[in-house]
Amino acid sequence: MGRYIGGRIISMLITFLIIASLTFFLMKLLPGTPFNNQDKLTETQIVQLNDKYGLNDPVPVQYFNYMKNLLSGDLGVSFQQDGREVSTIIGERIGPSAYLGLQSLVVGTIIGLFLGIIAALKHNSFLDYGTMVIAVLGISIPNFVIAGLMQYWLGVKWQLLPVAYWDGFAYTIMPTIAIASIVVATIARFMRTEMLEVLGQDYITTAKAKGLSSTAVVIRHTIRNASIPIITIMGPLVVGLMTGTLVIEQIFVIPGLGEKFVNSILTNDFPIIMGTTLFFSLLFIVVILLVDIMYGIIDPRIRLAGGKG
Amino acid sequence: MKKSRWTLVLSLVLVLSVFLSACGGGGSNNGGNSGGEGEGEGGSAEQVLNLVETAEIPSMDTTQATDNTSFKAMNQVFEGLYRLDENNEPTLGMAAEEPKEEEKDGETVYTFTIRDDAKWSDGSDVVAGDFIYAWHKALNPDTISPYASMFGTAGIKNGNAIITEGDPLYGKVEELGAKAVDDKTLEITVENQVPYFKSLLTFATFYPQPEAYAEEQGDKFALEADTMLYNGPFVFSEWNHGEGWTYEKNTEYWDAETVNLEKITTKIVQDVATTVNLYETGKIDRAGLSADFVDQFKDNEEFSTLVDPTMYFMRLNQSNEALANKDIRKALYLAYDREGLVNVLLNNGSIAAKYFVPKDFVKGPEGDDFREFAPDGFYADQGEEEAKEAWKAGLEALGTDSVELEFLTTDNELAAKIAEYAKDQFETKLDGLTLTINKQPWKQFLELEDSGDFDISTGGWGPDYPDPMTFLYMFETDGAYNRMGYSSEKYDELVSGAKKETDEAKRWKMMQDAEKVLMEEDVAIVPTYQKGNAILQKDYVKNYYVHSFGADSSYKWIKIEK
Repeated sequence: MGRYIGGRIISMLITFLIIASLTFFLMKLLPGTPFNNQDKLTETQIVQLNDKYGLNDPVPVQYFNYMKNLLSGDLGVSFQQDGREVSTIIGERIGPSAYLGLQSLVVGTIIGLFLGIIAALKHNSFLDYGTMVIAVLGISIPNFVIAGLMQYWLGVKWQLLPVAYWDGFAYTIMPTIAIASIVVATIARFMRTEMLEVLGQDYITTAKAKGLSSTAVVIRHTIRNASIPIITIMGPLVVGLMTGTLVIEQIFVIPGLGEKFVNSILTNDFPIIMGTTLFFSLLFIVVILLVDIMYGIIDPRIRLAGGKG
Repeated sequence: MKKSRWTLVLSLVLVLSVFLSACGGGGSNNGGNSGGEGEGEGGSAEQVLNLVETAEIPSMDTTQATDNTSFKAMNQVFEGLYRLDENNEPTLGMAAEEPKEEEKDGETVYTFTIRDDAKWSDGSDVVAGDFIYAWHKALNPDTISPYASMFGTAGIKNGNAIITEGDPLYGKVEELGAKAVDDKTLEITVENQVPYFKSLLTFATFYPQPEAYAEEQGDKFALEADTMLYNGPFVFSEWNHGEGWTYEKNTEYWDAETVNLEKITTKIVQDVATTVNLYETGKIDRAGLSADFVDQFKDNEEFSTLVDPTMYFMRLNQSNEALANKDIRKALYLAYDREGLVNVLLNNGSIAAKYFVPKDFVKGPEGDDFREFAPDGFYADQGEEEAKEAWKAGLEALGTDSVELEFLTTDNELAAKIAEYAKDQFETKLDGLTLTINKQPWKQFLELEDSGDFDISTGGWGPDYPDPMTFLYMFETDGAYNRMGYSSEKYDELVSGAKKETDEAKRWKMMQDAEKVLMEEDVAIVPTYQKGNAILQKDYVKNYYVHSFGADSSYKWIKIEK
């Protein structure tokens, strides 16, 4: 296992460098300048400003400088926010995004698992259909619609929850529901399918024949085995939560990273584009690694270390 | 290594999605004017105002800012020699009195005295050297300001030369016609007198910066609430980047007794529906509305509309054979129904415009609005019928019965709707015309427009200084913003003449004639509307003053009356 992980970490580093390089060159293809009042700048002014930010150097030179700084841990300073460190900006934004992402993931997973298990155990019953209707709605209704409806009814009409801002637990409830809806729906459907499959396995029949109580069969054999594939979808779900909450962040005025990511691209704020992309890539790579490792631990049938990989 | 390859593929997809989202992005900052409307709530006549902005403050360094949000915030916490008052007139700020004027070798020397009680928020004096420090910084090639050209615009000696590469004075900031005679005396030498000189001094680029403090802070200066000093009516008590900022009354401000508000909170809210919901629940006191919310609030007594001096218009590229024909241009000009656009599509108080220099923007030597010489614009009484005639004549001259044109626009939602509207207007009224819409992200749009790669393009323009020239100079032959191959000797003569003319009445007449040449004789552009803003404001908020150039509002005089 140790050797396997070591190998994986080396290939992760290589992947990371490739991503950094690709992002750098793709970014250079973006049209325009990083200057807000570009439409009012003359050619000479643009040249002068580019000089100031080192954007007139040949691209390979810029690339070399960038990679050199990156490897020494320096992400540079924002063009748009006039000299603030990229790492500071990401640092101050990551908190709300991470909090909201985690809370939604936990809440969504618990509810999703619960619904999926109920639906499978009460297969073809009213409960099953009801759960699946919720799941289909959760997947098909965009979360910003859910967010908008909640904000209007819960916030403005009934005044139960604050409309927006980020100022304590009450402020996290509506955004969490909006984001968790997709998690609930995804996990519930997945869990139901897996449970039904496991319930049809011989070892379940064996367990029942041994005289185990049905609760024990469900908890010890069915749920545990059905949960394994859930881990696979957790990786993409986690990253999706971190990157895909932009609209929710906007609607509920949450100072998260999603807004920074999109705006940096719209404004050609190169250092921020690089910083956020690399941050998300790193997160993604690490999550995938963790998923693979957990997979190996939970399911001994998968022998990552010993196999040809 | 199957898993690793999978990782790589996923990572690449992620990178690609970054790139794709870049292509899909929108140019929400049309015409260089972005930034939001404010608002607020309040306790029981507590002097607290709660507002929202649509964007973060990119910079609080007066030499580096380029956007409305920054300029607006700076106007509340900093002050130049003058500041704009309720009527958009310059009123004394850091200057104690109107300057002494002295003519010398065709130049004018203004001697300003700085108030004795002009203080930075740490209690230190605002001195003449602080102005010079900030101005030199703005002009220095190493720290150049995107608004460095303002010094030339103001007519300050060598302002243009210092930022012109190849000029012997290039980069020599000490040659600027401004010097600190002593701590409280600032001398400005003007080589080219402009009537809006004092108004320009209210602009952020002309604010002072606390020299000793700024040098001490170095790179950190003005990056955070506690790494800058303030000399305006308010100070930043908090600045949470990406979330909002809070103002508190500046007790060191020379005119602190005029300032009523104790505190102003500002949060960044980009979603208009959220803004409206916050307003309805009393969390904020002022809200800007988009067109889709106007009908819902039209009859509300807290609803009002404001007109901005920002113009929207179409450039007609004269390197296109058809558009080089004046009749064709005139047909386009007349066929477009502007009323439908402002009443249905925009629905926010925008005004249908057959003119180029906006209404309610600047007043002439007689105190009358520039627009008054042709209040309804040009070809005001002509419409569809005349458009069809002109179209026919144009087609005949070209010897064809069909014309295909490309319509370049940006990809934001409103721009897309307006483009569809234009296509419908032109194609149904002008037989044989086919319009292809080319939607591009804002930056790409600018590149294409700049390189002349379009037939018709739509754009907006807001003023940089309070004078019609900020609009008219755009279409000089070879002007940086002409972009459409328009060239008229007569127009060039009038515009360059007006730039030099010192007799106000004559200058005014020349600018009016120039607009007439552009619009009536040459029909060079198709103006469409002057921008309006729909807002909601609680009735207990008094004296919220909105400005027509520079910072778009002042909080200094606001009062909460409940």
